[in-house]
Amino acid sequence: MPADTSTSAARAAEVLKDVPTEPGAKKPDPIIVADNITRQFGGLTAVDVDHVEIQRGVITALIGPNGAGKTTFFNLLTGFDKPDTGDWSFNGKSLKDVAPHKVARMGMVRTFQLTKVLSKLTVLENMRLGATGQRGEGFLSAPLRMLWGAQEAENTERARELLARFKLDKKEADFAGSLSGGQRKLLEMARALMVSPELVMLDEPMAGVNPALKQSLLGHVKSLREDGMTVLFVEHDMDMVRDISDWVIVMAQGKVIAEGPPESIMADQRVIDAYLGAHHDTDISQLEGVLEAEGHGALHVDSEADQ
Amino acid sequence: MDILQGAFHDMFSPFALSFVLAAIGLNVHYGYTGLLNFGQAAFAAVGAYGMAVAIASFDIPLGLALLIGILAAVLLALILGVPTLRLRADYLAIVTIAAAEILRLVLSTSFKEYFHARDGVSAFTEGFRNLNPLPDSLTSFATFSRNDLWVMIVGWTLVALVCGYLWLLMRSPWGRVLKSIREDEDAVRSLGKNVYFYKMQALVLGGVIGAFGGFVGALGLASVQPDSFNTDFTFIAFTMLVLGGAARIIGPVVGAVLFWGVLSAVGTILIRLASGDNPIIPPSLMNSDQASNVRFMLVGIVLMLLMIYRPQGLFGDRKEIALDAR
Repeated sequence: MPADTSTSAARAAEVLKDVPTEPGAKKPDPIIVADNITRQFGGLTAVDVDHVEIQRGVITALIGPNGAGKTTFFNLLTGFDKPDTGDWSFNGKSLKDVAPHKVARMGMVRTFQLTKVLSKLTVLENMRLGATGQRGEGFLSAPLRMLWGAQEAENTERARELLARFKLDKKEADFAGSLSGGQRKLLEMARALMVSPELVMLDEPMAGVNPALKQSLLGHVKSLREDGMTVLFVEHDMDMVRDISDWVIVMAQGKVIAEGPPESIMADQRVIDAYLGAHHDTDISQLEGVLEAEGHGALHVDSEADQ
Repeated sequence: MDILQGAFHDMFSPFALSFVLAAIGLNVHYGYTGLLNFGQAAFAAVGAYGMAVAIASFDIPLGLALLIGILAAVLLALILGVPTLRLRADYLAIVTIAAAEILRLVLSTSFKEYFHARDGVSAFTEGFRNLNPLPDSLTSFATFSRNDLWVMIVGWTLVALVCGYLWLLMRSPWGRVLKSIREDEDAVRSLGKNVYFYKMQALVLGGVIGAFGGFVGALGLASVQPDSFNTDFTFIAFTMLVLGGAARIIGPVVGAVLFWGVLSAVGTILIRLASGDNPIIPPSLMNSDQASNVRFMLVGIVLMLLMIYRPQGLFGDRKEIALDAR
């Protein structure tokens, strides 16, 4: 667990102090700016985001009910899926029609909701794969170890440091496929760090992770901010969102419906409505009257059932 | 004794060699990269025909003719790979098996002045045979003719060189990317590797090794016929690969040698049992003409048992296979 993450948290809060809490709010120093992103699957509009900015150097959470389009939005930003319209940029450079591997090389690395470890490679080999600019990955230089041996040794050293940090160093010779679900999440995160990214995008890092491991994962995510990285993550676990995020973006039905610091977002009426339905605290016996008053017309559930 | 002799002959003959090389090529495709290439016969065919036609019809010297065969295999890999490698793996399987059949039908029906239809191309081995350093007095050695021995010396040396080269490649970071693509290509993409480019490199490399198999087979038989490159060629090569153990350098080599040895021995034994005045297997059950087909059935049963009880092949790692079940 990293020693002290409170300073970077305070710094993040300071930076975001004057940002208005409204969807599409302008940030002082955005690392990602996305405009007018839409993606349709047949008749369903999965993502329809007018404008969103992700602040550099802070931890931003992307939350929303199931089917809100969070993962699709992730895929669109990282090039794994192509939007029907829209443009988005990373560090000011447009990512429109940029292949996913190039997005990763630019410093924007993601993990997956369903963890993708390379089962039949050892944990250490998984890590080494993440290093960028490897001379030994060229077809012609690959057979000649003298061309890449030194670089491989450096990468291995860095990989071992990261594994130690994620408490996987004892497992380095094991096949990645033999790890538990939580350990795979850790490995995937550590492997993403091998790319030396500026922005780490985590898709549900806590899904299926036991509470003890969760605490250490939380610490790891916070330590990324400490190291100057930007983190964007999708999560359903509200405790985690409240604990580590500096800013929260809420999506529902493909749109960004609210933004703000975690304390204010939990109390935001739009967010509560999105999660629980707009009439979750209306007495069922009075629901008909309320809907009628709002102009939805009366409910005819009973009479329809009779027919 | 001649059962063993026959088996020995079939294990190391030029014909077996062509399968060894084809299986090594498939190992690059399927074993290391996870590309389901069902058209390895096409790569062997373009290699064999490229070389044979260049010599027989155009009097091109051997070295250049081999280069033409290799270029033909590279070209085929590019043509197959450009449209399909962006898609899921099963599409490659469909496209490659279709391409191999199209190629075989074209070779057996079109451009007859060059390909000579089902008769095939012949009279292209002179240049190669003139290079034979073995003394003329040596007419045969260990059941092999002087010409066969020369093909085998070159062929097995080639196998050793290819295996050594692949061993160097597969332990490098390049090989690591290939193996990672086999496991999960999206994960590799997310780490900044150009998956498409690596798959193309693997398809070309394995295809060229398949073309080497075509060369050796053609030089050994002294003729190239379209029907040598039917789908059986690919599936036998796959069988050898699985038998030996995929993603092991030595797997396809041992698999191929064993396959021919067992096939030959079983065939000879069956014919013995079914022939003579008072055969041990009654003619009503199987006569000696049917023996060569029955041996494929028996080999099939052996393979099924192998898949059930030793799915990793002879040289595979049981632990790796067990991971799939999780």
